[in-house]
Amino acid sequence: MSESASSATAITGAEIFCRSLEAEGVDVVFGYPGGAVLHIYDALYRQDKVSHVLVRHEQGAVHAAEGYAKSSDKPGVALVTSGPGATNAITGIADAYMDSVPLVVFTGQVPTSMIGNDAFQEVDTVGITRPCVKHNFLVKDVKDLATTIKKAFYVATTGRPGPVVVDIPKDVTADTCVFEYPDSIHMRSYNPTTKGHTGQIRKAVDLILSAKQPMIYTGGGVILGRGSEALTEFTRQLGYPITNTLMGLGGYPASDKQFLGMLGMHGTYEANMAMHHADVLIAIGARFDDRVTGNIEKFCPHAKIVHVDVDPSSISKNVKVDVPIVGEVEPVLRELIKGLNEAGSKPDAEALATWWKQIAEWQAQDCLKYDQTSGLIKPQYVVQKFWELTEGDAYVTSDVGQHQMWAAQFYGFDKPNRWINSGGLGTMGVGLPFAMGVQFAHPDATVGCITGEASIQMCIQELSTCFQYQLPLKILNLNNRYLGMVRQWQEFFYQGRYAMSYMDALPDFVKLAEAYGHVGIQITQPGDVEGAIREALAQKDRLVFMDFITDQSENVYPMIPAGAGQNEMILV
Amino acid sequence: MRHIISVLLENESGALSRVAGLFSARGYNIESLTVAPTDDPSLSRMTIVTSGSDEIVEQITKQLNKLIDVIKLLDMTAYPHIEREMALVKVRVPEASEREEVKRLADIFRGRIIDVALDSYVIEITGEGSKLDAFLVALDAFTVLEVVRSGVMGIARGEVALQI
Repeated sequence: MSESASSATAITGAEIFCRSLEAEGVDVVFGYPGGAVLHIYDALYRQDKVSHVLVRHEQGAVHAAEGYAKSSDKPGVALVTSGPGATNAITGIADAYMDSVPLVVFTGQVPTSMIGNDAFQEVDTVGITRPCVKHNFLVKDVKDLATTIKKAFYVATTGRPGPVVVDIPKDVTADTCVFEYPDSIHMRSYNPTTKGHTGQIRKAVDLILSAKQPMIYTGGGVILGRGSEALTEFTRQLGYPITNTLMGLGGYPASDKQFLGMLGMHGTYEANMAMHHADVLIAIGARFDDRVTGNIEKFCPHAKIVHVDVDPSSISKNVKVDVPIVGEVEPVLRELIKGLNEAGSKPDAEALATWWKQIAEWQAQDCLKYDQTSGLIKPQYVVQKFWELTEGDAYVTSDVGQHQMWAAQFYGFDKPNRWINSGGLGTMGVGLPFAMGVQFAHPDATVGCITGEASIQMCIQELSTCFQYQLPLKILNLNNRYLGMVRQWQEFFYQGRYAMSYMDALPDFVKLAEAYGHVGIQITQPGDVEGAIREALAQKDRLVFMDFITDQSENVYPMIPAGAGQNEMILV
Repeated sequence: MRHIISVLLENESGALSRVAGLFSARGYNIESLTVAPTDDPSLSRMTIVTSGSDEIVEQITKQLNKLIDVIKLLDMTAYPHIEREMALVKVRVPEASEREEVKRLADIFRGRIIDVALDSYVIEITGEGSKLDAFLVALDAFTVLEVVRSGVMGIARGEVALQI
């Protein structure tokens, strides 16, 4: 057989799937097999280019793929079977949609001839996932498979990133055709804007330079758009104060003196007060989420607003802005820097000095201080120690609740892609599978998972995956025996009626960790915190589960109560 | 305010539900929605009649544009435009006098009787929604058995054209 004839040999859809992933540079797929994807698993078994990680629940597969994507510059890939495989994946898909995570999720489907017949393990995956994907496809013909996969990766990773679902019926994976993977793809209905409008950039530069009390507010878009370096340059050049959203942490170095900390419901007093009193707000890759703005009527009452975002629908959605710029964060920031350099004027140094003096007064409130005299382990202290002992250089995932806020407040992220959490959907259970994905993307890095005893139990089965692949994660369980954030709200707003926020029967986490083949440590004394973390970090090849028995009554401060303005914070 | 938004989208299965799903998920109003393939069979054209404040309608157009299947759209309300809707109305007309009167009304409204049965007519009528409403009011004295309305179609006047 000649060379050209052999290259034109028809191969199965399952083989096309593997070859397409290889062509996309996918090195790992997180998944779980089942009937509808058996052909695909057989093809994966018979090749060695794309590796597969077997999770213990499909939700874990998608979260792991998210962790992989959020901590790296590559999309995450997950593979699940039809029916329950697909429905179990939904939470992860919705999570990725809310936080704009580039993800391609492949779902098996019943054979095309049986679609709509209520076949075994059939659900309308395209229908169910439609509201929580950037786009989805049902592949009905093997001839469309390679092109569809190409489109899926293209859509997931460009513009405002997001999850794309590709639903593949079983017969399509058995049918054959010649494999040809397109080098590039053009879609007439999808052309995301990259460069910002020149006129708008000029207007923005003028407004930015006219500010007396400026504030830079940046979000996850800076990290997704790889704009951290440009943002740092832009911010330092101006000398303006900057705050990051929960999703934006690490977008600007937390240790820098211009950084005022996180803003929003549990942000710092200085960040929220500076937002409230700003006369010019420069919003970059942020979406004016309700956890950031507080009461929208009272949000930044004095500010003219510049808003840079790749997604036009994010602009003026919640807050009307004065100078919208649609474009990718990085090139727009470069254009803004160029504009500043070419502008005739400089920032108003005198006004800025007065502004910084005011900010220093707010900072003097020391809003993140906490009492350490109780003799109990303070959760904040654990995070602080972990930050110190990892020299602020670990990858940190969290679950959702009080511990998430403490991680965000007390682990100072100096680099992007280091802080991996569920901001938009607020999904308990993400922390452990996120951390798995991060460790696969960065096999030699220290990966910490800051969690709570409630969240960790939502995907605890993944400890088994961690053992199978020998992932040396460091789990910091801030165990207060309460659904802490729920308890905090019940204390503040429901007169202390702690409905269902107390867990009466917790597992012995040390034994549980050991049962899964890992190392477990329980820490009950503040004096033992540092030693335990040191010991855990020293165990380079083992997953260490640190169960910190923390102060049950600790609350997250400061706090903007729901419906209040940014200047109406509850301090300690 | 009422807006008529025309949308060109890929003629693919699921495209309609993406649009309909967007409106229900985000709580936007839909007064009517019509869709059919265009002269280019790979394209569908949809006309959506919606209402909301300027901010909401701006979000509606942005969110529609964000759908991957949507190629282009035009808010007709921003331009001089023509809108048309068709209704098919089945009226009971057992008496000769009723047949006469309904025929007369149909003529006045430039409707056409397109089916004649033993004791009923089917009338086809086209125009703006308000004209159709007025015709139905005029038929109040009779027994209307069935009304089918197509939903609004729209096209801009003159140079403005929604095409790819």
